[in-house]
Amino acid sequence: MGIFLSLCHQHMLLAWRSGHTTLIVTFLFIAVTLMPFGLGPELALLSRLAPGLLWVVLLMSLLLSLDRMFQADYEDGTLEQLGLLPLPMELIVLAKSLGHFIALFVPLLISVPLAGLLLNIEAAVLPALMLTMLAGAPALTLLGAIGAALALSVRRSAMLTVLLVMPLYIPVLVFGATSSTRAIAMSGQIDWPALGILALMSCAALFMAPLAAAAALRVALR
Amino acid sequence: MFKTVEKISAYYANPQRFMRLAGKLHAPVWALALIVLAVGLYMVANVPDDYQQGATVRIMFVHVPAAWMSLFAYSFIFFASVTALIFRHPVGHVAGRAAAPIGAVFTLIALLTGSLWGQPMWGTWWVWDARLTSVLVLFFIYLGYIALWQAIEDYGQAARATAILAIVGSINVPIVKFSVDWWNTLHQPASVSRFARPALHADFLYPLLVMGLGFTLLFFALTLTRMQMEILRQRARARHLANDFEGDG
Repeated sequence: MGIFLSLCHQHMLLAWRSGHTTLIVTFLFIAVTLMPFGLGPELALLSRLAPGLLWVVLLMSLLLSLDRMFQADYEDGTLEQLGLLPLPMELIVLAKSLGHFIALFVPLLISVPLAGLLLNIEAAVLPALMLTMLAGAPALTLLGAIGAALALSVRRSAMLTVLLVMPLYIPVLVFGATSSTRAIAMSGQIDWPALGILALMSCAALFMAPLAAAAALRVALR
Repeated sequence: MFKTVEKISAYYANPQRFMRLAGKLHAPVWALALIVLAVGLYMVANVPDDYQQGATVRIMFVHVPAAWMSLFAYSFIFFASVTALIFRHPVGHVAGRAAAPIGAVFTLIALLTGSLWGQPMWGTWWVWDARLTSVLVLFFIYLGYIALWQAIEDYGQAARATAILAIVGSINVPIVKFSVDWWNTLHQPASVSRFARPALHADFLYPLLVMGLGFTLLFFALTLTRMQMEILRQRARARHLANDFEGDG
């Protein structure tokens, strides 16, 4: 338990102190800022599109951040040392994912309402939107961990990780975005069935993704 | 039953033995594939026009078998990867690597012919319903698999990583298969693989089945050839390295 928590803590501190969190949050705002230039400044249109756009931009920011999950540790040999710990590899993956979630996903989640202001999002929709993002968070972080682990020994693997993870993210995006869009139609009411499916995907990812990611890490370490 | 399958697969885990088998199978499989495809194309040419769709119904005879093959190829890669990972079967990795581009091309053919068929039939080139979206996702999974093989430099590591990716991505196959049943989609539901009698008239069903068989044999012929190429390429590389080593020593 102690090793788990200190691994999580270490990953969090590294992400914060290296300015990675700031970078990713800034990317979120930049991407959201670009939208009105592309779609036109008409507020009604932006407000209708806002939940879906925010979901996509959240995914893109998360995809960008995956590069840092295991790569830095692999390059300086820390990952090998982590493999020698009495903690199973699957729990190491979970610890790093938890650290990644707290260090990166939570700041992104907090930025979503602010970015939504830029897109003139309806205030009533925000709780539903953030709840769906929170429900999908374990799935997103852990599926990203699989992609990051698979692309581990490849140099400059950012694009490859994106290509590997993107098909896995699409189901989460489909349910997350449609439930948020439906929340607009139902004036802020939470779409519980879609939320349930997101939670189901997150639970499944919690059980199965660490197995795949740990196997991929072991392949890279051999 | 499982024991014999295990024994056979263990026997052909040796690339040299596999190459001998492949050499014997090469010509017959290709001949059979081309003959069945020729018969199928002849049957398709003589198919009567559909009362609703006219002659454009003939796209079905390419679209549906290509779609079947896209799923079949991925299942092939999935089983090859599982065998390779669990039983440390080197030929399994070769099979996955060989079959991937073929599966990707079949998926692309399915998508493109589907678009060509959808434009006159549905009035649109593309629609984001469950079936089309999940097949597009399948196409991206193929691309990711091929990209991972090429990105990792060490062959053994690439083989194991891509095997894990194939297993992770296999969740999409049942989604593609059952997407038309689980969701209300524009794409029509299954007409052939149902437990009741297929909903297709015999005039259309038999050419379709023959084309399906032809595409399957073509897939095996192409995969077999690519597997042989891959093993020969590895031998050439090994010999190259050995020559360089001896030359310096």
